[in-house]
Amino acid sequence: MGKVLMKGNEAIGEAAIRAGCLNYFAYPITPQSEVAEYLSRRLPEVGGVFLQGESEVAVSYMIFGAAACGERVFTTSSSPGISLMSEGISYIAAAQCPAVFVNIMRGGPGLGGILPSQADYFQATKGGGHGDYRLLVMAPAGVQEAVEMVMRAFPLAEEYRNPVIILGDGLIGQMMEPVEFPDHLSSKPSNKDEWATNGMATRKSGRPNIVRTLILDPNTLNEHNLHLKEKYERMKRDEVRYEPYNLEADYRGLIVSYGTMSRVCRSAIDALKEQGVEVGMVRPQTLFPFPEKAIEEAASKESCEVVVSIEMSMGQMVEDVERSVRGRRPVEWYGTCGGDVPTPEEIMEAMKSFMSSESPHLVHSSTG
Amino acid sequence: MGKEFTRPQALSEQHTHYCPGCTHGIIHRLIAQVIDELGVRGRTVGIAPVGCAVLAYNYFTFDFQEAAHGRAPAMATGIKRVRPDLMVFTYQGDGDLASIGMGEIVHAANRGEKFTTIFVNNTVYGMTGGQMAPTTMPGQRTTTSPLGRNIDEIGMPLKVAELLSTLETPGYIERVTVIKPSYIVRAKRAIKRAFTYQLQGRCFSLVEVVSTCPTNWGLTPMEAVNWTADVLLPYYQLGEYKSPDTREEG
Ligand SMILES: Cc1ncc(C[n+]2csc(CCOP(=O)(O)OP(=O)(O)O)c2C)c(N)n1
Ligand code: SF4
Repeated sequence: MGKVLMKGNEAIGEAAIRAGCLNYFAYPITPQSEVAEYLSRRLPEVGGVFLQGESEVAVSYMIFGAAACGERVFTTSSSPGISLMSEGISYIAAAQCPAVFVNIMRGGPGLGGILPSQADYFQATKGGGHGDYRLLVMAPAGVQEAVEMVMRAFPLAEEYRNPVIILGDGLIGQMMEPVEFPDHLSSKPSNKDEWATNGMATRKSGRPNIVRTLILDPNTLNEHNLHLKEKYERMKRDEVRYEPYNLEADYRGLIVSYGTMSRVCRSAIDALKEQGVEVGMVRPQTLFPFPEKAIEEAASKESCEVVVSIEMSMGQMVEDVERSVRGRRPVEWYGTCGGDVPTPEEIMEAMKSFMSSESPHLVHSSTG
Repeated sequence: MGKEFTRPQALSEQHTHYCPGCTHGIIHRLIAQVIDELGVRGRTVGIAPVGCAVLAYNYFTFDFQEAAHGRAPAMATGIKRVRPDLMVFTYQGDGDLASIGMGEIVHAANRGEKFTTIFVNNTVYGMTGGQMAPTTMPGQRTTTSPLGRNIDEIGMPLKVAELLSTLETPGYIERVTVIKPSYIVRAKRAIKRAFTYQLQGRCFSLVEVVSTCPTNWGLTPMEAVNWTADVLLPYYQLGEYKSPDTREEG
C-alpha cells in the first residue's frame, strides 16, 4: 500500500484498526473528535465496537472492563477529558490491564483553549491519577510517527500489562500529511488466559480469574507496588526512544524538545546552521521512560554551553531535562502555552540569547 | 426422598465477612443458585462494587472484576460490548449506585445494555461506617445526619426502581426484599428472570433488593427485619416496575 493523505486524528483511528484493535469507546472533545467520527463509520465496516460513552469517567471504565476481558481496546481524548479518565487509568494500571489512551493535548488549565499545547506533560509522565503508577508515554512529531506509535502501543501495553498513552498535540491531530500504514498486526494478546476475565469455561485452568485493585494487607500491597516498579524499571531499560539531530556538529546549544515543537526547533537549527551557529537537539520519542542518558551525554559535549528545554508548556519537561543533565551544564526553559506555537525565528533568537550570555543562566539549574 | 440442601457450585466455601443479620449473604446465595440453575458459571463475569460487597469475589467461583466506586455499570458495558457471549452482572450498594454512580447506571439502563444489576439498598453507606445515603429515610439518623435526615435540606430518598422505570428503553426492573422466606423465593425468581432476559439478549435488567444493615442502623438483626418491614417497605414498595413483556403487549 502506498502513501495516503490523511488528517492526524483519522490516521490514529485507522492505525488502531490495523493494530488489531476493533474496540473503541470515547466522549467527544476538541481537538480530537475526528477520531470518534472516523471510527463511528469505520469500525462497523470491520465488525468492530464503537460506543460513545456518557462521560470520560464512564469511558475509562468501559476501557477497563473490556481490557480486563483480554480484548484490545483504546480511547482518545483531550486534556480535560484525560483528567476525568485519570481515575480509571490509575485502576487499570493497578489491575495490570493493557489499554491504549491517546491525548491530543489542548491548552489548560481548566477549559483552557482548543489550540495545541503540551501542558499535560506532568499529567502523563508523573501520574495524573492517584497512587504509584506510571504510563508508557510516546510523543509523535508527525502523522506518520503517530501511526507507527499507535501500532506499537498495543503490543507494548500487552507486554507490560500496563496502559500506554500517546501524547500528541492539536497540530498532530489536525494536520494532514501523507502516511504509509505498516502491515496489519496479528490481533490477539497471547498470555491473557492467566489473568483475563474472559469466561472460565474457555480456559484450561478451570479457575476463576479476578481483576482487582483492593489490597488491604500492607505487605502484599508493598510487594504489588514493587512488582509494578520492576515493570517501570524494565521500561526504563528497554523502551527509551529518541531522535538525535545535528549532534555530530560542535554545537554550542543543545535543545530538548518533542512533538510539534521539535519540528519548529528543527527548522530553527537548520536556519542557524546557515548563519554559522551550531545547535543540536535530542527529541524524546518516549517521555516516560525519558532519554536521560542521551541528554546527559549530549550535554556533556565540550562545545555545549547550555541546554534548553523548548516546550509548549510553562516549564514542565525542563525538570526532567535538569535531572538528566545532572548539573553538567546550565539548563534553561523556553516556550509558550497559549496555543500559539513559537516560530523558528523566535527560537533562533532565544537560543542566541542563551548562548551569548557571558555568565550562563542558572535559573533552572539545581546543582550547576 | 426429601430435598437435599447443598452449597451451590457457584458459591465458594469461604465464610463471608458480613455482619450477623446482614442480608448480603442471602443475596449472594440466590445469585449463585440462579447461576447454577442456568448453567452459566463458565461464562459469567461478576462486578464487585466499592462497598461492603467489595470482596464478593471471594464468595463466588467464577470470574470477577472489581470496580471503582459507582463505575460498575460502565465496566459491565465495556465487557458486554466486546464479549456479548459473557453473562455479566454488577452488584452494587445504594451509595455506589444511587449517589456516585448515578450517571453510569442511568446511561447503561437507557442504552439498554444487556447486563444485570443487583442493587442492594440498605439506606446507608455500610462499609464506611453508616453515613447518609441518597436512600436514607426521612428522619433516619446516620453518622452524617446525627439529627435524622432533614428532607428540607437533603430532599426525599431516591427511589431507584421507579426512577429507572421512567426510561423509554425497554428493560426489566423489579424491587424485592429478603427479610422472610416467601420474599426470598420471589427475590430468587426476579434474579432468574433478570439473568434470563440478559441471556436472551433482550434488555437491561435490574433487581433492587431492600436490604438490612443492622450494624449501622444500631439494631439487632430481628429489629432490623422489623424496621425494614415497618418503615422501608411502605416507601420502597415491592413489585415489578418494568418488564420487556408488558411493553411488547401494550
Ligand atoms: C471515589 C471514592 N469515594 C469514596 C470512597 C469511600 N467509600 C467506600 S465504600 C463507600 C460507600 C458504600 O456504601 P454502599 O454503596 O451503600 O454499600 P454498602 O457498604 O452499604 O453495602 C464509600 C463512600 C471510595 N472508596 N472511593
Ligand atoms: S456494615 Fe451493614 S451492610 Fe456492611 S456487612 Fe455489616 S450489616 Fe452488612
